[in-house]
Amino acid sequence: MRQISYAEALNEALKEEMRRNSLVFVLGEDVGRMGGLFKVTHALLEEFGPGRVIDTPISEAAIAGAGVGSALVGARPVIEFQFSDFMTIAMDQIVNHAAKLRYMTNGMASVPMVIRAPVCSGINLGAQHSQSLESWFVHIPGLKVVMPSTPADAKGLLKSAIRDNNPVLFFEHRLLYAQKGEVPDEDLLVALGVADVKRAGTDLTVVATGRTVLLALAAADKLAGEGIEVEVVDPRTLKPLDTDLIFQSVRKTNRLVVVSDGWSACGYASEIMATVMEQCFFDLDAPIQRVCTKDVPMPVAAPLQKAVMVSEEDIVRVCRQVLAA
Amino acid sequence: MPFTLSYAPLTPIRRGEGGRNPGEGARMRRWFLDRKFQIAVTYSGGNKLQDDISREDRLDWYRRMCLIRKFEEEIYNLNKAGLVQGTAHLYIGMEAIAVGACSAMNSGDLLTSTHRGHGHCIARGLDTGRMMAEILGRVDGYCGGKGGSMHIADVSRGMLGADGIVGGGIPIAVGAALGARLKGDDSVVFCFFGEGASNQGSFHESLNLAAVRRLAVVFICENNLWALSAPFAEVTAGGSVANRAGAYGMPGEKVDGNDVEAVFKAVTEATRRARSGLGPSLLECESYRWEGHSIFTRQEIRPEGEIQQWKQRDPISRYRTRLIEAKAATSDILQQIESQVAKQISQSTEFAKSSPVPDSESAFQHTYA
Repeated sequence: MRQISYAEALNEALKEEMRRNSLVFVLGEDVGRMGGLFKVTHALLEEFGPGRVIDTPISEAAIAGAGVGSALVGARPVIEFQFSDFMTIAMDQIVNHAAKLRYMTNGMASVPMVIRAPVCSGINLGAQHSQSLESWFVHIPGLKVVMPSTPADAKGLLKSAIRDNNPVLFFEHRLLYAQKGEVPDEDLLVALGVADVKRAGTDLTVVATGRTVLLALAAADKLAGEGIEVEVVDPRTLKPLDTDLIFQSVRKTNRLVVVSDGWSACGYASEIMATVMEQCFFDLDAPIQRVCTKDVPMPVAAPLQKAVMVSEEDIVRVCRQVLAA
Repeated sequence: MPFTLSYAPLTPIRRGEGGRNPGEGARMRRWFLDRKFQIAVTYSGGNKLQDDISREDRLDWYRRMCLIRKFEEEIYNLNKAGLVQGTAHLYIGMEAIAVGACSAMNSGDLLTSTHRGHGHCIARGLDTGRMMAEILGRVDGYCGGKGGSMHIADVSRGMLGADGIVGGGIPIAVGAALGARLKGDDSVVFCFFGEGASNQGSFHESLNLAAVRRLAVVFICENNLWALSAPFAEVTAGGSVANRAGAYGMPGEKVDGNDVEAVFKAVTEATRRARSGLGPSLLECESYRWEGHSIFTRQEIRPEGEIQQWKQRDPISRYRTRLIEAKAATSDILQQIESQVAKQISQSTEFAKSSPVPDSESAFQHTYA
């Protein structure tokens, strides 16, 4: 099968969905002429024109609000924020409007909108450009949250997100854009709300999201050398969560480690832990542990950044602890 | 006598005094009250109807203004009776803006509204019974009791929703215009907001975005001079919302918001401009809310004399007098309209009161499409 990068896979998804439905359009800073800061919207302007690939002023609140308004009248906006940190500027429109309008109108309105944004930790950009804020949005009823880890998932999930009739927050990761992987040529759809076992194992389950799935797989390889078989589960969609697959895995391995690029306090890892505790407490042979970004803002200098970010070594170490418990 | 802005020279603010010179608050308030006195002079002279408006339209506008007034009075009474669920922000005193503006709309046009949105809904032709049912939290309400006063919407009529966040509807209006353009229709979006929203970032971002994309939006600021307890002049630099249009390269106009025909004329012109592809405009319609900020507001900050002064400029009785003086209607006909309105409101109340309360199961529906 052909191999393409994560960024190319996203670009294909956008092109295919824009060809398929003339109401799909792209809105954001530098998405047109420049093809996106990280090239995900590359060459869309040439194919679809400035009416559907709209370079905006630096106005995140208005961009998100314009997405909501256009979605209310039947368009299907795909918004790009250059860094997921910038979503904080648009919180009112995302949280108070996009998420709530369907409910507040008793189903009369719907907001079929996608907001794409990369988490950009790992490229020395520091505290305002490195945050993994997905758990903020998972908290909110009315939103869906997606975080793909492979090129194929990126493509299939983005296409599904664009076809979905709800607001979907789509978290990419800067370090994944260049990662290559097998992506089938055909019209690939990955349903929202379906998790995936990225590696089967019997001794321990690791639930990881986004970039950390790759770290978990590397950690699993290392532990396999010691005869430990780790099962890596990628939820892919953080909300709605495919709890069944996670429970199934935990009931098989009886041990769980959760990995997230977010912080631990009220983070996505906490949510997975709590959910598993509620349903699988008596299946567990050891306390669940989590591996998260250390509880400080992200520093810039390489050794400092390395100390704060989730690493393969962290995962290996915590897996060993859970296995020893 | 036309009103002109004038500023007393401000003395530099000294440190350590709460960021404000002694007496400055009082001075600004005085400036503010003086300013309104001048407006009163302007209004007392303006006793002329516009040309080219049919008798049917005039009577219909009178009817709609009365309908809004009566509706709001009924909500006030229903609240006293303990029947309103949550709060409501009454539109009494501002009826001419919604009616004048919505009368300039085509059937395919769209609007976004505010927390003080009942007037816009009624002027756009929403059903007063279903509105009332929503405010009483009943199953026949526009939102089945999930939205309440601040979230009434009717997407089928282009009413994209009242909004509980000050300034929240402004970027949505811009997006609706973007969506309409993408779909290839020529609808215009009417974006209502208060003067308080003109100090939100969303206002400035939205005007800029609408202007650079030349979108078909008419920004209609309802300046009722007070944001809860904050007088307009004290919290708004430059002393004018309309003037801010200049910064975004669009026409800005100040309109007498208590004159339904003046509002209609100004909005019609802005709409013509928007529909022909020339882009957005900003209108600042000056008016006054007679009641407190909301039906929850216990304390009235505004001076009683000021409230009474504005009641003298009641947009409804003023229009009534004009119509009779200009022989555009007889007192009998207007009385007939008033009693029809009273009847409609009492029917709406009956409808709302008899509508069942929603089943608690419905709280768990419609989070997702």
